[in-house]
Amino acid sequence: MKKEILARLVVLVLVSGMGLSALVFRIGDNSGIVEVHAAMPEKGGWLTDSIEAQVGEPLVLSLVSDDVVHSFALGQSDFEPVDVLPGVPTEITLTFDEPGPYTFYCTRWCGADHWRMRGTITVTGDEPFSKDLPDPPLYLQLGIDIDDPHENHDLVLDEQPSALRGSVLGLTTPSEFLTQAYYRSHSPHQVWDELRKVPSTSELSESQIWDVVAWVWAQNTNSTKLAEGEALYQRDCAACHGVDGDGEGIFGAEEISGDGTPHEAGFDGHTIEAPTSFQDAGQMLTASPALLQGKIIRGGMGTGMPSWGLIYTEEQTWNLVDYLWTFQFQKSQE
Amino acid sequence: MLKYNLLQHTWIKTLTTNRWPLLIARAVALGGFVFAILAGIIGTPVGNHNFAIVAVWIAWWAALMLVIVPFLGRSWCAVCPIPMPGEWLQNGAVLGPIQDKNKRKKFRRFPKIFRNIWLQNVAFTLLALFSAVILTRPSVTAWVLLGMILIAAGLSLVYERRAFCRHLCPVGGFIGLYSQLAPVELRVIDTQVCKAHTEKSCYQGSENGFGCPWNIYPGGMISGKSVNTNCGLCMECLRTCDYDNIALNLRAFGADIQPQNKIKLDEAYKAFIMLGSALVYSAVMLGPWGSLKNAAYQVGTLPWFGYAVALLAFTWVLLPVSFYLITQIANRLNPTSQSPRQNFEAYASALLPLGLAAWVAFSFSFVFANISYLWPVLSDPFGWGWNLFQTAGVAWTPIFSSQVPALQVLVLIGGLIWSGNTTQKIAIDRNASRQTWPVMAFIFAVTLLLIWLFVA
Repeated sequence: MKKEILARLVVLVLVSGMGLSALVFRIGDNSGIVEVHAAMPEKGGWLTDSIEAQVGEPLVLSLVSDDVVHSFALGQSDFEPVDVLPGVPTEITLTFDEPGPYTFYCTRWCGADHWRMRGTITVTGDEPFSKDLPDPPLYLQLGIDIDDPHENHDLVLDEQPSALRGSVLGLTTPSEFLTQAYYRSHSPHQVWDELRKVPSTSELSESQIWDVVAWVWAQNTNSTKLAEGEALYQRDCAACHGVDGDGEGIFGAEEISGDGTPHEAGFDGHTIEAPTSFQDAGQMLTASPALLQGKIIRGGMGTGMPSWGLIYTEEQTWNLVDYLWTFQFQKSQE
Repeated sequence: MLKYNLLQHTWIKTLTTNRWPLLIARAVALGGFVFAILAGIIGTPVGNHNFAIVAVWIAWWAALMLVIVPFLGRSWCAVCPIPMPGEWLQNGAVLGPIQDKNKRKKFRRFPKIFRNIWLQNVAFTLLALFSAVILTRPSVTAWVLLGMILIAAGLSLVYERRAFCRHLCPVGGFIGLYSQLAPVELRVIDTQVCKAHTEKSCYQGSENGFGCPWNIYPGGMISGKSVNTNCGLCMECLRTCDYDNIALNLRAFGADIQPQNKIKLDEAYKAFIMLGSALVYSAVMLGPWGSLKNAAYQVGTLPWFGYAVALLAFTWVLLPVSFYLITQIANRLNPTSQSPRQNFEAYASALLPLGLAAWVAFSFSFVFANISYLWPVLSDPFGWGWNLFQTAGVAWTPIFSSQVPALQVLVLIGGLIWSGNTTQKIAIDRNASRQTWPVMAFIFAVTLLLIWLFVA
């Protein structure tokens, strides 16, 4: 009987030893590292999606994906996104200088609902959050209702306007057309209308005036801004709006049936709408940069277009807006 | 036929008859099993970084199909953790008997209708239907393992001996059948001693041990006449035999596959299920057909039902019926007095070598490709970022990639030759050598199909 008791003890130790050790090790782990799991939004998204941190104190996150490759990016910061690999924890350390809410999000096209993969890091410190409202974005300052229909489907151009052609027409464009304030608050079509009224354009054909409009647009950006706008577009927008801006991105197509009817999105009775084609002149030439800024900042409110206001800095938003016009206007040579 | 009794060596005899080595091996295996269940449930859901998937379906499967079954037969069953808790509860002891054999609790016999491997055939097929999910999702693997251990324990509390292993275990069925090919066996030394021994302690048990847990009469295990199928190599009969009359023999490969050792219909069906599922798995997991792969993974959807029906039809109907017709043609070519069913059962045993070769070849393809996942998982079994043995960062590196197709072809050709040779022996034994050709044609066609799936 003594041998049997000894045998039972041996069995107990060998059977439960490994599992119990692992659990004890796990429970006793108080390193303070916050474990963040990533999964496709349909399977839960970020878990946890709400993290708290203190100003000036390092926040160590252990990021691991439970399915496909995701990426962790932090909105309105210079933090370089890191890949979140399946089953392989990746540790990152963040230190915040200012209190406030920070949005983290996925930049990998992990699934049709990829854009819903967001979470918040709430950073507190000795000083409370500033209750002063920031300056409202331009579209609000201008009182633009971004849900008002603005498109003109009759607007069809024979050829794509070219800033280069516009620049060689020798037209002396009145200086008010070239200010940033004017550019951002007017649609290309409004500018075309205004230019048409200028006596010096009376000899120009309609398409030549569109070339001048393209030239005006080119004066308000540069290659650096366009490069950053393109990078943001290809990372965050192309999944739905298409790499070429034609509105036929891989996820946009997934949400829209062959006859163009949107599928039920299955949340709050909203429906997904077909992503805008930036190649559609009727849509784009009737929209001002401020209107596009509003759509990017606020999002489509249930249409499937996410809000980017908490993610992009103001500069990033304008760079992205600048890039969107490249789907309408041939790029000028630098 | 040449045999070599390993028990001539004292250390081997001590190792096999002493209860401690086996008990420790079983406890370690059960510990690993519990650990795998734990990892499956609370570890990362990413299969290739979870101990449950990598240890069970890559490391254990590789060991089982490439080493244990071909060379050591049913010896896995001796340490398999699944029946252990139930057996310990049934015996009231983990080491050896602590009660007089007459005072031990009596359990029911397993229902007669199920005293075969039909339930094992069904259980394996059920696992096969869900295998794409079981093999890749740690939590599913964990629940399947836990379910098996609970079912085995439940059966042990009602039915005598290892009812689960003999009649329900989805793995035990094919291990038993293919163990006929292995070069090891437990057999009696002198049958006269067993005949004269009225106590039959090897079956009934004694103060030295329990009656055969596998519910076979070890005294009837005679070289050349008996087969390995139902012997779990637990060595209990070595401890209960009062006359030291059991040998652990090394023997020739496939010594059990003799014309006189016919397999039964349930075992014949097992041979088809194994061969058929090897073909289907190869198509699903190695083939270029994305829609087939998707159908296998999308359990519960319409495409999956289509896949399930196709798998069932192929393994349970198409293959056996084709083979039945082949054996009928063979009998027309060279008539004998055997019934159609006898023909079918007799020639089905010739499929065992090819079936094992198919599974070995199939295992090559994913074991060599995925075995490198083992090192990171040993250091970080739950996918929690541990690095216990400093191997967590070892990158996935397929090995022998360029050699695998050649190896697979070699193994399949070996299986073809072995199965062909067995077919010939069976035909000659019944004085109907012309029966060889249709059966050979079937075996050749299946081999070609396998080679095409693996290599083309």
